[in-house]
Amino acid sequence: MSWVLVMPIAVPFATAVVAYLARNYPAGRWISLAGSALSLVASAVLMVAVLNEGVIAAQMSNWDAPFGITLVADYLGAVMVVITAITGLATAIYALGEIPEHVESLGFHALFQVLIAGVTGAFLTGDLFNLYVWFEVMLIASFSLLVLGGGKERLDAGIKYVALNLVSTLIFLSGIGLLYGMTGTLNMADLRDSVAAVENQGLVTVIAMMFMVGFGVKAAVFPLFFWLPASYHTPYFAISAVFAGLLTKVGVYALMRMFTLVFVGDVGFTHEILIWVSALTMFTGVIGAAAQTDFRKILSFHIISQIGYMTLGLALFTPLALMGGVFYLVHHIIVKANLFFVAGLAQQYAGSTDLNRIGGLYKSAPLLAALFIIPAFSLAGFPPLSGFWAKYLIVKAALEIDAWFIAFVALLVGLLTIFSMTKIWGMAFWKPHPDGIDPTPDRAPAGVTRAMIIPIAGLATMTIVIGFFPEPFVQFAQTAAEQLLDPTDYVETVLGVQP
Amino acid sequence: MEALTAIVIGVLTAASVYLMLARNFMRFLFGLVLLSNAANLTIFASGRMTKGAPALVPYGADAPVGVVGNALPQALVLTAIVIGFGLLAFTLALAFEAYRRMRSVDTDDMRFAEPKEDASK
Repeated sequence: MSWVLVMPIAVPFATAVVAYLARNYPAGRWISLAGSALSLVASAVLMVAVLNEGVIAAQMSNWDAPFGITLVADYLGAVMVVITAITGLATAIYALGEIPEHVESLGFHALFQVLIAGVTGAFLTGDLFNLYVWFEVMLIASFSLLVLGGGKERLDAGIKYVALNLVSTLIFLSGIGLLYGMTGTLNMADLRDSVAAVENQGLVTVIAMMFMVGFGVKAAVFPLFFWLPASYHTPYFAISAVFAGLLTKVGVYALMRMFTLVFVGDVGFTHEILIWVSALTMFTGVIGAAAQTDFRKILSFHIISQIGYMTLGLALFTPLALMGGVFYLVHHIIVKANLFFVAGLAQQYAGSTDLNRIGGLYKSAPLLAALFIIPAFSLAGFPPLSGFWAKYLIVKAALEIDAWFIAFVALLVGLLTIFSMTKIWGMAFWKPHPDGIDPTPDRAPAGVTRAMIIPIAGLATMTIVIGFFPEPFVQFAQTAAEQLLDPTDYVETVLGVQP
Repeated sequence: MEALTAIVIGVLTAASVYLMLARNFMRFLFGLVLLSNAANLTIFASGRMTKGAPALVPYGADAPVGVVGNALPQALVLTAIVIGFGLLAFTLALAFEAYRRMRSVDTDDMRFAEPKEDASK
C-alpha cells in the first residue's frame, strides 16, 4: 500500500541521480523527460487509489503515528501531486527546446527533478517537521536553479530570493519548535486534537501567526511578496514557469492545510486577518502589474494578485469558498506556467520580453497568439475558460456570507487583470515590431519551436477542457473542500480509528 | 535553566534582527546565522530541559530506565543544523559570486534585477 504514496517522491529523486550522472550527455535530458513521464504515471496511480479508497496514509519504516513520519494523501494532496507531475512533464518537454547544453551540464535536470520531488513531498507529508524538510529540499533546488547560468541580474535576484525565503523558513522552524513544546507532537493529524486541548489558546494564536507569516512569505501574500517580482523574471523561462506554477502554491497549500486542520481554534481572528491580507494581495498585485512593461514582470505581479484569490478561498472558510480555493489552485498552476512558457517562446521569436522592444507576433506567429489568448483570458476570468469558474465560485462564496466589499474587490481585480493582458496583447502581438523585423517562428533555432509549443498547446487544451466540462472538477473540489473542513477521515486514517 | 535559555534565544534574535537590518549583505548573512541558531535553541528548549540524564538505553534493556532527556528535539535540531549549514554555505557562495560580479556587498547597489531607485527622491 505504502509504495503508492512513496513512488511520486521516489521517482523524481531517482531520476535526479541518474540525470546528474548523465548531465554531460544528450541522454541526460531524455532521462529527465522519461522520469517526468514516470512521475506522472506514479501520481496518476496515487490519484486512482485516493478516488477509490478516500484518504490513504502510510507510516514510514512502520513507526506508528504519531511517532513516525506519516505520508498521507487526501483529495487535495492527491490533486496537487498530479498537477505537479503535469507541470513537471510540461517543463521537461519545454526544457528540451530552451535550456542550452552548458546549463544542462551544470546539472539543470537533476536540480529540476529534486525541485519536483521536494514539492511533491510537501504535498504528501503528514508530519510538520517533515514538511520543513521538504520545504528546504525545494528551496535549495530553487536557489540553484534561479542563479543557474549566472550573470548580474540573476545573482541580484538570487540574493533577494534567498534572503527572504531563508528568513521565512526560520520563522516557520521556530513556530514548529514552539508548537512542539506546547503539544509534544509533530504529526499534523495528532496536532488537531492536541492543539485544541491546549489551555492557553492565546499562545496558540501567536504560533498560528508565526506559521501564517512563514507560509505567507512562501505564498507571496501582501505585504511579504517583495522577493517574487524581484526574481521571477530573471532565470530561464522553463525555470521561471515551474517556479510560477508550483512554488508559491506550496505556500498556499501549507496555509490551507494548517489553517483547516490545526489552527481552527480562533477562526474569527486568524481567518479575518487572512481575508484582508487576501484582498490587499489581490489588489496590490494587479496594480503592480499595471506599472510594468516587461512580459514576465507583468506575469510575476499577476501571480501575487491571483494568490489573493486562493487565500481568500481559505479565509472565507465556508464549504463553497474552500471549494473555489482548491479549484483556483489547480486552474492557476496550469494557466500561470503556460503564460510563462508563452513568454519564453515570444522571446525566441521577437528577441526580448520588454514589451517596448517587441511586437508583430500576431501577424507572424498566429498560432502562438491563439495559444496566448487562452491562458490570458482564463487568468482574467473570461467564460467559458477555467478561470471563470474559479472566480465565479470565490465571488459567489463571498456574496453568500454578505462580504460585499470583498466580492467587489475580487471582481475589480478581474477587470484590472484584463487591462494587463490586453496590454501584453496590444504591445507584443498587435503593434508592429519596433525594429521592423518579422518575428516569425523561423527565427528560433530548428526544433526549438516544436519542443516549446507542445507543452503550451497541451496546457492550453487542459484549460479549455476544464472550462467546458467543469462539472467533474468542481465535484472533485467540493469533496476536497469537505475533507478539509471536516478532517475526521484524515485524522482517523493517519492515527487509526480511536475506540 | 529554561529562563537562561529563553534569554539567550531572545538576545540572539535581537542581535540577528539588528544585523539583518543592515545594508551590508554580509552582516545580513551573519544575522541569518544567529537567527538559525536561535530557532535551533527554541526547538531544543521546547523538548524540556533534563539535567544529566542522556537518553541512553542500558545494555540488555528495551527502553531507557527512569527519567531521561527527550531525544526527539535533539534529532530535530541535528537535522535543522545540517540543513541550515548547507543553506548558509550556499548563501555564502552566492554572496561571494555576487561580490565578484557586482563589486559590492551593499544591497542598495544591487539593482540589476529591479529598476533603479529614483535619484530625485
